Amino acid sequence: MSATFVIELYVFVLAGFVGYQVITRVPPLLHTPLMSATNAISGISLVGSLVAAGSRQGTVSTVLGVIAVASATINVVGGFLITDRMLKMFHRADATPAKGPSAK
Amino acid sequence: MRDLFIQAAYLAASVLFILGLKSLTKPDSARRGMQQAAVGMLLAVVGTLVNHEIVDYRWIAVGLGVGALIGYPLGMFVPMTAMPQRIAISHMFGALAATLVGIAEYHTHRLDLPRARVAALGFEVLFGSLTITGSFMAFAKLQELIRGKPITFPGQNVFNLLLFGGAVTCFGFLVANPAQPAVFYGMIAIALAIGILMVLPIGGADMPVVVSLLNSYAGLAASATGFALGNTVLIICGALDGASGFLLSVLMSKAMNRSFRNVLFGAFGGDTAVKGIKSAEGLVAREISVEDAALRLAYASRVIVVPGYGMAVAQSQHQVRELAELIERRGGEVKYAIHPVAGRMPGHMNVLLAEANVPYDRLYDMDEINPQFEQADVALVIGANDVVNPAARNDPSSPIYGMPILNVDQARSVIVLKRSMNTGFAGIENELFYDERTSMLFGDAKSSLTKLVTEVKSI
Repeated sequence: MSATFVIELYVFVLAGFVGYQVITRVPPLLHTPLMSATNAISGISLVGSLVAAGSRQGTVSTVLGVIAVASATINVVGGFLITDRMLKMFHRADATPAKGPSAK
Repeated sequence: MRDLFIQAAYLAASVLFILGLKSLTKPDSARRGMQQAAVGMLLAVVGTLVNHEIVDYRWIAVGLGVGALIGYPLGMFVPMTAMPQRIAISHMFGALAATLVGIAEYHTHRLDLPRARVAALGFEVLFGSLTITGSFMAFAKLQELIRGKPITFPGQNVFNLLLFGGAVTCFGFLVANPAQPAVFYGMIAIALAIGILMVLPIGGADMPVVVSLLNSYAGLAASATGFALGNTVLIICGALDGASGFLLSVLMSKAMNRSFRNVLFGAFGGDTAVKGIKSAEGLVAREISVEDAALRLAYASRVIVVPGYGMAVAQSQHQVRELAELIERRGGEVKYAIHPVAGRMPGHMNVLLAEANVPYDRLYDMDEINPQFEQADVALVIGANDVVNPAARNDPSSPIYGMPILNVDQARSVIVLKRSMNTGFAGIENELFYDERTSMLFGDAKSSLTKLVTEVKSI
């Protein structure tokens, strides 16, 4: 087992742990934006796709790479846009002047 | 120097992503946090583009252009009601990217790959492939391109297990003998088939679990890509994604009183669903007129609205909000009780109501709102059924016994808006509808609500 692999495993486990801790505190209210956000973030596959598409390792690599770049970009662009669109809609009662007396 | 810049960009991106997810713990900070995460993504991409391995930018530009052209409408114009299928299809794109990168890697280096790398690539394409077809199937079911009902055949579980065994065997064989392209591609084919077969027997109401689970798989595929390419930012993001998806699927399963195994192998919620043990014979439901319902709502001081999937289907969120505003203007208090699986994906109902301009501080989770039903004058149930069925609490013979429900039956009075007396998704009779405190207002949710709004206005 190489040293790099061990370090990578550390990174994976710790990142998973951080993710778990952070995400348990996301209220159910925002679970849909959470999903679209992790989706946008998983567009990070773009990083690997770009190398495959642009490193001239033969036609197969380039073709698959370009399709991968397009797919990952769809997630990045679409994911961040839709997350923002959703989050924009969440507002408190006192932020809308047209409301009646605030409850509670 | 260049490497240093790249690594710094990746590190900054990882930090911004984690901060972005952390910002989602509070609705007020969420938007800015996610915008920062988007900046993180830009940094990571710029960092990658200066990588010296990249020598040709023409095709990259094509890929980025096409992706942006498809991604923009998917981000800007998809209606909120279509969110579950929108998310499902984007899991497919994410998994597709990971899988194709994996195949390209394998194809280029197939003759001189160390075992650890093949193992990482194997994981990547396995999780990736089954997520591609699984997500597409979920998308097709949610979009109603294919029947949403479970599709089963005899020996299904055994067949799926055999396929899974085949994929694992291929994987083990590859790690032992990396230079076997036929086995590699065979494994991908099997994984693609598993993805289809895995989602076929799952019904519409179970989609929240499946979509969350596929989210997790897409994340694991991205993480495996990171291991294969030795890229830490990919490992980190994949792990975040995986953790999030896993957590959500556990939450959703719990909310439906189902184990993972049960969701994946049970094929619940279709024609084969268990019939209700208690029949409705001899029980009479009380019907209420629009006028009486409007009167009761208008003079109530505490109203709890329980929106269900039926409300979303009828697209009546705006009418609900209008009615709530009228009640509030008359001095009543309106709260919304949101069951975790009220929509077709985690948190879906909250988004639909937020879109209809309902303030988020009026939306309450099940645990927060349940103790408050006792004080509510009226609980207004709109198109919800199984999530308000008291049998889940007090009838051990009921198939939904043990499922966490909203305690609507504890309210002083209940008005149920429903199309007819048909049973809900699980095909179980709901004794709430026959309770003496319950009145039924039959009809399409949207037209009933519109009439209620007019009536309350005229009082």
